[in-house]
Amino acid sequence: MDRLAFDIAHLLAGGLVLVSFMMLYQDRLYALLNIFAVHALVLAASVGWQAHIQDAPHLYVTAGIALVFKGLVIPMALHRMIQRLGIHREIETVIGVGPTMLAGMGLVALSVAVMLQVTEGADPIAREDLAFALAVVLLGLLMMVTRRNAVSQVVGFMSLENGLVLAATGARGMPLVVEISVAFSILIAFIVIGIFLFRIRERFDTVDVQALDRHRGERQ
Amino acid sequence: MTGPGDFAIRAILLIPLVAALLLAVLPGYRLTARLNVLATALTFGAALALLLGGRPAPGAYLLVDDLNIVFIALGTLVGFTTSLFSASYIQHELDSGRLTAGYLRFYHAMYQALMFGMNLALLANNIGLMWVAIELATLTTVLMVGIYRTHEALEAAWKYFILGSVGIALALFGTILVYMAAHPVVGQGQDAMVWSILMRHAAGFDPSLLNLAFIFLLLGYGTKVGLAPLHAWLPDAHAEGPTPISAVLSGLLLNVALYAVLRFKLLLAANPGALAPGPLMVTMGLVSLVFAAFMLYRRRDIKRLFAYSSIEHMGIIAFAFGMGGPLANFAGLLHMVLHSLTKSAIFFGVGHVAQVKGTQKMADIGGLTVSHPWLGWGLVIGVVAIAGLPPLGIFMSEFLIVTSTFARQPLLAIPLVLGLLVALGALFLRLNEVAFGPVRGSVAPAKASYVPMYLHLALVLTAGIYLPPPLVEWFRHVAAMLG
Repeated sequence: MDRLAFDIAHLLAGGLVLVSFMMLYQDRLYALLNIFAVHALVLAASVGWQAHIQDAPHLYVTAGIALVFKGLVIPMALHRMIQRLGIHREIETVIGVGPTMLAGMGLVALSVAVMLQVTEGADPIAREDLAFALAVVLLGLLMMVTRRNAVSQVVGFMSLENGLVLAATGARGMPLVVEISVAFSILIAFIVIGIFLFRIRERFDTVDVQALDRHRGERQ
Repeated sequence: MTGPGDFAIRAILLIPLVAALLLAVLPGYRLTARLNVLATALTFGAALALLLGGRPAPGAYLLVDDLNIVFIALGTLVGFTTSLFSASYIQHELDSGRLTAGYLRFYHAMYQALMFGMNLALLANNIGLMWVAIELATLTTVLMVGIYRTHEALEAAWKYFILGSVGIALALFGTILVYMAAHPVVGQGQDAMVWSILMRHAAGFDPSLLNLAFIFLLLGYGTKVGLAPLHAWLPDAHAEGPTPISAVLSGLLLNVALYAVLRFKLLLAANPGALAPGPLMVTMGLVSLVFAAFMLYRRRDIKRLFAYSSIEHMGIIAFAFGMGGPLANFAGLLHMVLHSLTKSAIFFGVGHVAQVKGTQKMADIGGLTVSHPWLGWGLVIGVVAIAGLPPLGIFMSEFLIVTSTFARQPLLAIPLVLGLLVALGALFLRLNEVAFGPVRGSVAPAKASYVPMYLHLALVLTAGIYLPPPLVEWFRHVAAMLG
């Protein structure tokens, strides 16, 4: 049973890394949002499984937030926003898909090498979860720097945050996990959806961050 | 256990919270501006009571010790004087139509929410709670930076939001790693996140995990301190938001993030197997200092100029704490206090200058000492202070940092002194352009309140001439505690 519990946790955490990779090569916003919803579903399953094997019922709340808020509400809201605002559906990337994927593989190798080395004493599930979580965090960062448009940067940030939730639930008995996931959800909901994109849309004809760069200060 | 100290702690946290709720609903400029001042004044009073009165024992969530009380007293003082400045600044913004009544309510509520977030981050005895509080403080400042809704303000807020969130996320990963390092020793649950318990058991933690955690924490909270190469949000956020927010950002929020870094540095120092955090901080500090010093020459916007100067000074402070030892720590603390006071005084002056002249471009501002003597000379004193000339206080703290570096690591002193001199040159070049020479721009009289600016400058001058012995003793004690 212990072996099975470990294998399932491993499968789900590894699945999260895989879905992060899938996000890297999407070139359409709608597809990206769908993949993000899958990311959130895998996270919810992973957190739910952790709640089950750690016998920590409060983690079900975190899983529920991941499922409902990140798996359904946010992708649907972003979907509607893209439609309503008529944002370009294609994602402009800074570098091509090939180099991005290679960089992603490098980052995953790096995080596994670093984390497995420094956590030798820790319990195996937490170890693997941390290694995968760091990989998801780094892939999220990679996505934020290789994408030009605001919506995909936000999606990158949310996937990064999913990695953090995975790390927090993997650390057995960590307090405040639920509070932290709520704080993150507030951060995302409040700023991104409510205010920024609408304001950016209101003032600019695009949510392409490059267009914002043209308005830099320091003009003569 | 409800002594006067507990009461003071509760007041420090609850006053801003209640004020934020009240200010969000109350109408009218005069009433709300006064209420804002009153709330910050009361919070400052509570902080003084905490400073002079007894300290309560550390609880599960809150902690008062010699280190954070310095930051709390400084933070609430600058919060109070900035609210005074804000009252006269905001009136002009309302008159000129840049802000509407609705946005003003929002602004005041966010100002108090920011105070609450910062006080909570400083008082937190729990690394998770501290993280949440710093996130709250970031969130409120992002909203305030974007409040003018111009192209530039939106871009600045967006950049700040993205970089700030990434920093915050990295810091959370570091926090989780600290918990992972602690829980085999301390046991699962709440206790493994409580500062006072972590500090007692730090020697038994797994050093490699702690090292990795510190790197994430330094990068994460370092983004918020504005250390190069993670500083990109800082100049934009300072330049495009309302000036009171620039003052609070430079004077307070950077310090709060630095406080978080210092706490984790203490944790590492208590573990014999962990890497020495000093060299990392020294490197980041020096890079920030030298980089910002050269960047100062190319500034055309007056608020950006002083934003880069903040990066420079945070670099100096990080350098001093990275060097460690009683003298460098003492100098770092002193420098931090004086920088907060001076930089916020400069922003008070700059805010009124930008309002009177209707621009932040230095090319359109000139001869301030002739057209607006009070503002102009205040700015001159402020720049002389921030450049580190005697007899003002920053000269003394910089002198202490330089001499202690010469005594211990002479090679490091070369880039340090180079950075200081380059920055001094740039600041005086710009000051000369703005404060002296032919009058450029509007000569309309300024409706300004000079009290906060000159109060800060007077404090800085006093510190340069005479530091009261109890203060020196207390700083020495904190410096020894920092190791």
